[in-house]
Amino acid sequence: MSNQGKAYIVGAYEHPTRYAPDKSVTQLHAESALGALRDAGLSLEDVDGYFCAGDVPGATPLSMAEYLNLKLKWMDGTELGGCSYMVHVRHAALAIAEGKCSVALITLAGKPKSTGMATGTKPRSLGPERPETPFDLPYQTTITSVYGMLAQRHMHDYGTTSEQMAAVKVAASTHAQYNELALLRKVVSVEDVVNSPIIASPLHRLDCCVITDGGGALVLTNAEIAKKIKRPLVKIIGAGETINTSNGGYLNATSSGAAVTGKMAFNEAGVTTRDIKYASIYDNFTIMVLIQLEDLGFCKPGQSGAFVAEGNLISGKGQLPWNTDGGGLCNNHPNNRGGITKVIEAVRQLRGEAHPSVQVKNCDIALASGPGLVLGVGHAHSTIIMERE
Amino acid sequence: MTTQSTAKTYLDDIFATTYPETSPFWAAAEQQRLLIKTCQTCNRAHWYPRIVCPMCGSDQTVWKDASGKGTIYSFSVIERADPPYVIAWVEMEEGPIAITNIVDCDFKMLKIGDKVTVRFKQTPEGRTVPVYTAA
Repeated sequence: MSNQGKAYIVGAYEHPTRYAPDKSVTQLHAESALGALRDAGLSLEDVDGYFCAGDVPGATPLSMAEYLNLKLKWMDGTELGGCSYMVHVRHAALAIAEGKCSVALITLAGKPKSTGMATGTKPRSLGPERPETPFDLPYQTTITSVYGMLAQRHMHDYGTTSEQMAAVKVAASTHAQYNELALLRKVVSVEDVVNSPIIASPLHRLDCCVITDGGGALVLTNAEIAKKIKRPLVKIIGAGETINTSNGGYLNATSSGAAVTGKMAFNEAGVTTRDIKYASIYDNFTIMVLIQLEDLGFCKPGQSGAFVAEGNLISGKGQLPWNTDGGGLCNNHPNNRGGITKVIEAVRQLRGEAHPSVQVKNCDIALASGPGLVLGVGHAHSTIIMERE
Repeated sequence: MTTQSTAKTYLDDIFATTYPETSPFWAAAEQQRLLIKTCQTCNRAHWYPRIVCPMCGSDQTVWKDASGKGTIYSFSVIERADPPYVIAWVEMEEGPIAITNIVDCDFKMLKIGDKVTVRFKQTPEGRTVPVYTAA
């Protein structure tokens, strides 16, 4: 069974909040669900498939299904960090293609900002249940330091520079200025990035994404229902998922799971990188965009630094318009997870509903790609390719 | 009334005792010896230690003494911490790359490829873990 062309994204909603001390995580999930269903012209009683990750109350689909009183035929609580929601898109598309459900709802929500979580700069406190933890935890690893090591190795192997990485943030901020809801709307320069304080070498403060409260939701359905809805038709044509392990210690820090999921998605879709008019590529740190550009085949290994430094990620200017909402670097990173906002902006682009200043002309094929959990110590990855019908 | 033991060992440490199969590693580390799991089927070492070889799937893995020598595969100085400290991936002489700290060194002079040698430090929970310093 292939994902190609049997399921459509008919609802996409990014919660407008970036700071929600007065709302529960449950409320943010519920508001996001209603927003996406409203966008689709559907209602809660139409939903017969529900997909969520560990950010839901209770970490299983049960509580949200109970809260929303969903009548489900298919549910999936796959927890893979930030890319969970892209994996859910793939799983939902397959369930729809198989006729196991007809309207699939995917939700994400969380509030790390209002709870004061030091997401990337403090070591996470973990219990002993994961087998790698006894061997990792004593070293006080932070998320930023792991990505710092990836950047250091990329610079060592390929001569990538801090100024090249900074160009990723420049592109994100160039787009974010048009997004009224973006957390950071100020356009920054390469100098601004490299003159911001080092958090974990070689990464500067402005190489790091924002921390926001928020949520998002997607609704997928079959061709029959999709064609009754008066919305532009966004079809899933290819998808991939994997877990990139640390390979028993024989790891390659300059490559990610995108090397696997990109191939899967492109092969299934029957398209190439040249066909992609817009790309949402996860940007928790600037280096992560470079690594994925190479793994997905948009650049040869070692050439992503020069590619981004030439402005190629900027809509209306470069070869690969990217993260036109401002991405995780400037717009939004709800619950420290980027997967759902990546799909949402790709849907806006395919519908022609992105901000006019960043809307890609004739945007017919788009890609969304991102990892989940921490790169280098084992991470998940997913890529989705969508087409406007 | 509380009495706190100052002479903790890995046996007091839930991060070690949750995995009884890794006891030889923690017992050796307390004696300043670094053990590595090696596969008797494919002869490759792996990290972190497991009961199944992640390279070939064999369950014939044994503990061997590691040389304690390695090179820096990559590193990051956490400059925002007070005091700053170094996270690194060290490529052990036996092959695998392990996450660790580089200690007692001039952070500004660190480079990928630098030779390092093992030291040991005790965690607050009780077990002793390998760290590295310039060789």
